[in-house]
Order: sequence, then structure tokens, then C-alpha cells
Amino acid sequence: MVQWSDFERATIQDIFSKINSDFVGPAALSRCLIVYPWTQRYFGSFGNLYNADAITSNPKVAAHGKVVLAGLEKAVKNMDDIKTAYKDLSVLHSEKLHVDPDNFNLLSDCLTIVVASQMGDAFTADVQAAFQKFLAVAVASLRKQYH
Amino acid sequence: MVKWTEEERRIVREVWEKVDIDEIGEQLWARALIVYPWIERYFGTFGDIFTTTAILNNSKLAALGKIVLRGLDTAVKNMDNIKPTCASLSRLHYEKIQVDPDNFRLLAECITISMACKLKAELNPQVQATWQKFLSAVVEAMNSQYK
Repeated sequence: MVQWSDFERATIQDIFSKINSDFVGPAALSRCLIVYPWTQRYFGSFGNLYNADAITSNPKVAAHGKVVLAGLEKAVKNMDDIKTAYKDLSVLHSEKLHVDPDNFNLLSDCLTIVVASQMGDAFTADVQAAFQKFLAVAVASLRKQYH
Repeated sequence: MVKWTEEERRIVREVWEKVDIDEIGEQLWARALIVYPWIERYFGTFGDIFTTTAILNNSKLAALGKIVLRGLDTAVKNMDNIKPTCASLSRLHYEKIQVDPDNFRLLAECITISMACKLKAELNPQVQATWQKFLSAVVEAMNSQYK
């Protein structure tokens, strides 16, 4: 089981209480689709993804970005057992969506950059380390049911 | 050789102009050491790097950060010759310093995140994509003399 220090718990709670979830989710997902264009392959039914402007203003991308962030908020509420909290999500991504799990790391990178841009100087090295550890645990939990 | 469009050249130049090499350079290695602690193995001669406070106040780390960013500045000014520009540095890191080349990628990530903290919305998805393409070229050049 993952061990969290008091600092890490407090930092993760603090980040998620401060960020604008309606902004961060959509911003991270659209950034991922732009910076790593092959990830668009999973969004064939989302309509126009032909350029950065189309992606950033696509309402389905925005809506799904919020869904992703809600999923992370669930992990925040279940920090001591993210693996169990994400079991069904992991099965879904493996068996229904057929997402290459390497893509979870790409979205994590984009989330880190968006949160860093939001927090500015407050995104210190310690805060970055805690946030990346949290995302790594979320990603590992999402990978868990893949076989 | 990496191919650059005019747009990409402009984006790399413009985003780099916004970076204060001294400001970001000073904290760069602190960020890397705190987020990826195994990097400490390369800094045996740097004095006290054993607590967050010591790392953040270590003047040798600060000086090295500025050296790294000045090296990056040279790469920005030689975008069509990044590999030859970095060749002797690559050989140094391989033969003398014996750095695991995976760490080049980690430092590149820390550079991008530091820039995100300072530049915020200016590091938009298109700028990030282009900047990451440039950093990948530098990382590849740093790998080039490894055998």
C-alpha cells in the first residue's frame, strides 16, 4: 500500500481545493491531444479535432476533460486505496476503450504542466514531487487490471 | 537532421526570450534533485544536498543550473546543428561524468515545468508541443555520443 507523508496528503488536498476543476480537466485533455497527436485516435467520435483551435473549443473534449478530473478527485478522496477505487475504471480502459496505458503518463505530464501554470511559484519542487507521486499512483492503479 | 518550420523556429526563439536564465537556472537542479532524488548520485562533490533546505540553498547547484541553461541557449541559437553543437558535451557526460542518459529527459521535464510556472498561459499547447520537440532534439543530441 502506498505510504503518504503528512506533507504529501496536505499538498494533494490543497492542490485539488485550489485548482479550477472546470478549467484544469479540459485544458489538460486538449493539451494532450495537441502535444501528443496520436492520442486523438481514441476520440474518433468527438468530431472536429483537426487543429489546436478546434480541439480547444471542442465541447466533447471539454466535457470529457471534466470527467477525467472528477476521476482524479475520486482518487484524492480515496488516497489510501486508489487501487480499489479505480478497479472498474481500469477494467473499462483495458477491455472497452483499449487505451495503451503509456498514454496515462502523457496525460499526467499535461496535467502537471497545467497545474504548474495555474500555481506559478507555488508549484515548488516539493509540491511537484508530491503531485507527481500522486499521479504515478493513479496511473499504476489504472494499469492494474490490464492483462 | 531535425526539420524546423519557420513557425517552430519563431516559437522556440520567442518562448526562450521570455526565460530568465539566471532565475530558472538557479532553481533547476533543486527541482530535479527533489523530484527525482536518485540524481543525487551525480553530486557527491556538491556539499550538502541531503535536505530540501540544503538543496534549495546550494550555490554549486545554482551555478550548474545556469551553466545548463546557457548551454540550452547555444542550442537555441544553433537549431540546425544541435547534434554537432552538443557532441563534446555528450562525450563528456558519457565518458567522464557517466550519466545515465534517461536523466537528460528528466531534466528536460523539469525545465519545461519551471517554464510553465513562470510563463503560465503563455506556455500554451502549441508552444509546449514545439518547445518539447526542441528539447527532444537536445536530449537526442546529448545521447548521440553514447555507445
